[in-house]
Amino acid sequence: MEKRVIFRSRWLPYALVAPQLLVTLVFFFWPAVQALYQSLLVQDAFGAKTQFVWFDNFKDLFSDSHYLASFKVTAVFSILVTVIGLAVALLLAVFADRVVRGAKAYKTLLIWPYAVAPAVAAVLWVFLLNPTLGIVTHLLRAIGYDWNYLLNPRQALALIVIAAVWKQISYNFLFFLAGLQSIPKSLIEAAAIDGAGPARRFWTIAFPLLSPTTFFLLVVNIVYAFFDTFAIVDAATSGGPVQATSILVFKVYQDGVQALDLGGSAAQSVVLMAIVITLTVVQFRFVERRVQY
Amino acid sequence: MANRIKRLVCIASALALAGMATAAQAVTEIQWWHSMTGALSDKVNEIANKFNASQSDYKVVPVYKGQYDESMTAAIAAYRGGNPPQILQVFEVGTATMMAAKGAIKPVYQLMAEQHQPFDPKAFLGAVYSYYSDTSGHLLSMPFNSSTQVLYINDDAFTKAGLDPNNPPKTWPDLEKDAEKLKASGAACAYTTGWQSWVQLESFSAWHNVPFASLQNGFGGLGTRLEFNGPVQVRHIKNLGDWAKKGLFTYKGRKDEPLAAFTSGECAMLTTSSGSYANIKANAKFKWRVATLPYYPDVKGAPQNTIIGGATLWVMNQKNPDMYKGIAKFFTFLSSPEIQVDWHESTGYVPITLAAYDLAKKQGFYDKNPGTDIAIKELTNKPPTANSRGLRLGNFVQIRNIIDEELESVWSGQKTAKQALDSAVKRGNEQLVRFQKANK
Repeated sequence: MEKRVIFRSRWLPYALVAPQLLVTLVFFFWPAVQALYQSLLVQDAFGAKTQFVWFDNFKDLFSDSHYLASFKVTAVFSILVTVIGLAVALLLAVFADRVVRGAKAYKTLLIWPYAVAPAVAAVLWVFLLNPTLGIVTHLLRAIGYDWNYLLNPRQALALIVIAAVWKQISYNFLFFLAGLQSIPKSLIEAAAIDGAGPARRFWTIAFPLLSPTTFFLLVVNIVYAFFDTFAIVDAATSGGPVQATSILVFKVYQDGVQALDLGGSAAQSVVLMAIVITLTVVQFRFVERRVQY
Repeated sequence: MANRIKRLVCIASALALAGMATAAQAVTEIQWWHSMTGALSDKVNEIANKFNASQSDYKVVPVYKGQYDESMTAAIAAYRGGNPPQILQVFEVGTATMMAAKGAIKPVYQLMAEQHQPFDPKAFLGAVYSYYSDTSGHLLSMPFNSSTQVLYINDDAFTKAGLDPNNPPKTWPDLEKDAEKLKASGAACAYTTGWQSWVQLESFSAWHNVPFASLQNGFGGLGTRLEFNGPVQVRHIKNLGDWAKKGLFTYKGRKDEPLAAFTSGECAMLTTSSGSYANIKANAKFKWRVATLPYYPDVKGAPQNTIIGGATLWVMNQKNPDMYKGIAKFFTFLSSPEIQVDWHESTGYVPITLAAYDLAKKQGFYDKNPGTDIAIKELTNKPPTANSRGLRLGNFVQIRNIIDEELESVWSGQKTAKQALDSAVKRGNEQLVRFQKANK
C-alpha cells in the first residue's frame, strides 16, 4: 500500500516545503556555489586583486605530495572515528537499555559530552595526555610506556580519534537508545522463551531492527569525521607531528581562515565536498539495500 | 488623520534623537582591534584611557578581536564589507600580506607626514624600525609589542649539575656540554625551545648573518625564495637532531607549550621569546635568569643581531579623512617615552624607541631587574644587515607550518637535517610562488 497524502490545493504542498527549501538554498547551495566559484580564483587576502585561473588551484593541490598524503590520514581517521564511535555507543546503549535503577542519571551522564564544544573536548584530553603535564602520561610513564604524541605519529592520531569519538558518542548513544526502546518487547520475550540467550537475541533481533538507525548514524558520523573535527585537531595537535594528524578539513581551515589563501582553501573544500557526496551516494546505493525498515 | 499625526510625531522624535546622537558623536571614535589578553589587555585599555583623557576630540576604543590570525581575518572581512576598523594589530607573520594590500592600508610614514605630526625614524630602535619599513626605509606600520629570542636557564638545576649559573652557555657547543652535565645530574629535560621556526631558523639565520630568503629576506620584492637550507642552518638543525637522539634536547611543541616545561622545572634551559619574562617570573618556583642567545663562534660575523617578533599597529584606509588626524595624534602619544617605558617595564616587550630605552636605564630598571635588557642588547648588537633586518615573506603562516612539520621529522629521526630543510625550502617556495601570483 502506498502512503500518500492528498492535498486539495496544488500549491499547498509546495508552500509547505518552501521554507525548508529556502533555508537549504540560502545556507547550503549558495555557499557551495560560492566555494565552487572561489576555487577557480586566485585572490589576495583583501580581495583587491582577483584573477580567474581555471583549475590552477586544483593543479597546485594535486602536485603537492603532502596534500595527497593527507587523504590517507583522513581515511584512517574517519574510519576509526566512525567505527569506534558507533561500536562504543551501541554497547553503552545496550547496557543503558537494561539498566533499571538510576537509568536517568546514567543516561544524562552519557549525553553530557555532546554539550561540549569540539575544541574544549580536545583541550580536556590534552590535559589528561599532555607529555609534560598530563595525568595519564605520568601513569603511563610509571608502567614504562613512553607516551609523547608530540613526536609519535600513531599516538597523535590516537589522541584526536579519542577526542573526536568521545565528543560524538553521546549523539550516537541517544539514537541507539531510542532505537532499542522502540523494538517491541514481545519479540524479545518470545525469543527468550524459545531459549535464545542475550547475545543471540541481540544479534538476531535487536541488531537487524536497529539497522535504519545504524545506517543513519553511519552517514552522520562520516560527515562529522570529515567536516566537524578541525577544531579538535587545531586545539590538540595542529596537524603534527609532521603530518600525522593533518586531515583534509583541518587544512581547509588552516589555509582559509588562518592563512587567508581563499582560492586554495576553496579548492580543497570542493574536493572534500566531492568525496562526501560520493561517499553518501555509495552508502545510499549499496549499504541502504541491506537496511530493513 | 490621527494616524498621520502619530506618524509625524514619531518621525520628529526620531529626528530629534538622531540629532542628539550626532551631537554626542562630536567625539570621533577610533576603533583599535587588538589581540592582547590578560594583563596585557588591561594595559592596552589603560593606554587608551590615558589618551582619551589627554584630549577631547578623539576617543580610542580598544576591542579584543581574538588571537592574531582571528583578528586579522575579522578585519579583512570588515574591510571587504566596507567597514574596517581604524587601527589593527597585526603579528609580524602577517606583515607581507598587509603590505601587499596597498589600497587597504595607510602607511604610517605617510600618515604622520600628512598630519604634520613629529616623526623621526632615528628615534626608533634600528631592528624594530627596519623590520616594518619598506626597501626605501619608510615605516609602514607602528611598532607596538616587540620581543626577541633569549635563553632562560634554571639556576638551581645548574648548581645541582655542578655548573655555574653565573656563567651560562655562550655558544651552542657550550650549551651541548652543559646539557650533557645537566642530563648526567638527573634533569628530565636539559634543553627545549619555543617557536622553533622563529628561534632556530629565522632569528638563527640573522644572528649568524646568513640569508633566510633571497632578495634581502624578501624585502626586495615578491620574487623572493627561501634559502635557509645553507650549511650553517643545516649544521645547527643536525646538531639539534643529534641532541634530541641523545636526550639533550627535548621537543615540547610548536608554539608556546615548551614554556610550561621550563616553569614547571622539567627543562633546565629554554630558548624562547623575551616576552615570556613576566610569565616565568610569575610561575617559576626556582631561581632562574635570562642569558644571551647562543651562537656558533666559528661562523664569520656571528653574533650579528637577532630579529624581532610580536606585532605592529596598521592603519586601515578610511573614507573619513578626519580619522587620520586622530590616529596620528594617538601614535605620537603612543610612542612617547613615558608610555613606552611603562609598557616595556610592565610587559617585558622591548621599548621601541631609544628615548624609552634611555629612560628605563635612568630609572634603574635594568639594575633592579637583571636580564631584562638582554633582548635590547641582542637586537642592537650590530647595525642590521640585509640578512638581519627581518623577514618579509608572503603566505608566512603556511611556511611556518611547513617548517614545523619538517623539523618534527628531524626530531623524530625520520629525516636528516639536510633532507628536511631542502624539503621545507621546496614546499615553502611553492607558497611564495602562490603569493606572488596572487599579488602581482
